[in-house]
Amino acid sequence: MTRGAFVSADGLSVGYGRKITVNGVEFCVNGGEILTLIGPNGAGKSTILKTIAGYLRRLDGNIAIHGENTDKISVKKMAEKLSVVLTERIRPELMTCREVVETGRYPYTGGFGILTRKDKQIVSEAIKTVSMQDFADMDFNLVSDGQRQRVMLARAICQEPDILILDEPTSYLDVHHKIMFLEILRRLALEKQIAVIVSMHELDFAEKVSDYALCIKDGKVFLSGTPDKIFTKENIMELYDVTEELYDKYFR
Amino acid sequence: MTKTRSVVMFIALLTGVLMLFFANVFVGSADIPLREAFGAVFGAENSASDILRKIRIPRALAAMLLGGALSLSGYLLQTFFHNPIAGPFVLGVSSGAKLVVAVTMIFSAGFFGSLSSAVMILSAFIGSMLSLGFVLLVSRKLKQMSMLVVCGVMTGYICSAVTDFLVTFADDSDIVNLHDWSMGTFSGMNMDNVRVIFVFVLAGVAGAFLISKPVGAYMLGESYAGSMGVNIKLLKVLLIVLSGLLSAAVTAFAGPVSFVGIAVPHIIRVLFRTSKPLLMIPACFLGGSIFCMLCDMIARTVFAPTELSISTVTAVFGAPVVILIMLKRKRGEI
Repeated sequence: MTRGAFVSADGLSVGYGRKITVNGVEFCVNGGEILTLIGPNGAGKSTILKTIAGYLRRLDGNIAIHGENTDKISVKKMAEKLSVVLTERIRPELMTCREVVETGRYPYTGGFGILTRKDKQIVSEAIKTVSMQDFADMDFNLVSDGQRQRVMLARAICQEPDILILDEPTSYLDVHHKIMFLEILRRLALEKQIAVIVSMHELDFAEKVSDYALCIKDGKVFLSGTPDKIFTKENIMELYDVTEELYDKYFR
Repeated sequence: MTKTRSVVMFIALLTGVLMLFFANVFVGSADIPLREAFGAVFGAENSASDILRKIRIPRALAAMLLGGALSLSGYLLQTFFHNPIAGPFVLGVSSGAKLVVAVTMIFSAGFFGSLSSAVMILSAFIGSMLSLGFVLLVSRKLKQMSMLVVCGVMTGYICSAVTDFLVTFADDSDIVNLHDWSMGTFSGMNMDNVRVIFVFVLAGVAGAFLISKPVGAYMLGESYAGSMGVNIKLLKVLLIVLSGLLSAAVTAFAGPVSFVGIAVPHIIRVLFRTSKPLLMIPACFLGGSIFCMLCDMIARTVFAPTELSISTVTAVFGAPVVILIMLKRKRGEI
């Protein structure tokens, strides 16, 4: 485990209940860096992300934030250090996009959750960061998928995290929105010095956006390293079980 | 924009509560001149003061407090289940409370005579918790939300059937009031009842205010709420206990009252165009007060001297709202 890294894991085993889905997960991410998780469906990428975020009990190994074991961090402190964008779709009743973003201030507001001027300023900034000014006051349930993901990202930013976890944030988006989303994410990581861990299926985009990649397959980390070493023809063929013929047909 | 809207709506609701309170006090089978009635409300002793202070004012206050409690209980349950059709009556909570209160009444009648208010509320609370617990257990097995409502309605029918059975065969003189009560009515309230109601309802409302912040986060779903630092388990327990407490206060004193819990929160949402808990909690309470005072006035005056049961009236106004909600949901507008 690297001392002082924003978030790191060693010998981590994750799974549901007692059943281990993925073994021996190791990584270390610093502020401004993006780690992508790739691998086939059902390999356990979401399970790893949920464990880091604290929804699932880890089955073995350690996770540390700024060198401190996450077991020792209170739920409230955790909420100030780590925020999430999940795959689950929310349908809040009669909430504007701005109000959804505002919920990100939760860990910082008082007993009744009333926003101070400073909170409102942070919300406005987050709205600008993801450029959602045009639809900030529209009903959340009426905006498009691409806009909705930006709202959820703005909400996560408002939580002022050191670590941002995103589970397949680009899956339902068209190419334009995928690129816009990843551009925002990239810029955000650098400007706010946030450590980002994100799972993705879009290999071409993952290669461009990540500093490190972790390939998950068959219950273990199949490969890990910098994008130039990971995203090779041979690795992708093996990771996703595709023949050379099919790879050439679809990727080149 | 939303701010001015909320302010205007709150003023309208408060005015409505005041006007209906006075309307309920001034209108009734005994013809009391307005001047005398005013005098009696503000402390003058005259021929009307007995009727007003012992009958009409307690009844109006009870309808105000219990109507608000019922509506707030419905709001909390709707939040808990993320289901717009949830409410204490639909989920069988009121009927469960009714059953336990009836059982307590019948079995203690021989021993203690009439029951104290606190015992009534306690039995109603136990009944609420039992039926809610049952519905919760079943809803864990069945993930579909529509099944939750079906399960609640069935629980309600079973409890009502058992209560009716007990009421039919327990023709003890001690439970003379049981029949009226099991239909739901605000009649027969006295100031002592109102004091007890006030304490319980105040506790429920204060509790609801205290959890308004996590409730706001909970609207984004459990996972997001958890990631913001909300203690989900505790919040769920508090939601259930508070909604149970509020609807228990209603059932203990007025019997089961239908449709207020579902309909009013929806009307309020549409009026305020928001779902912020900090606004919804007081607004739902005031809305429920207005709705119940209006319905109670209709129940006791339209066919006077015959009184309708309160649920008869609330159903007439409440059921169309519920149908409207379902139609709107179908079109994906809510």
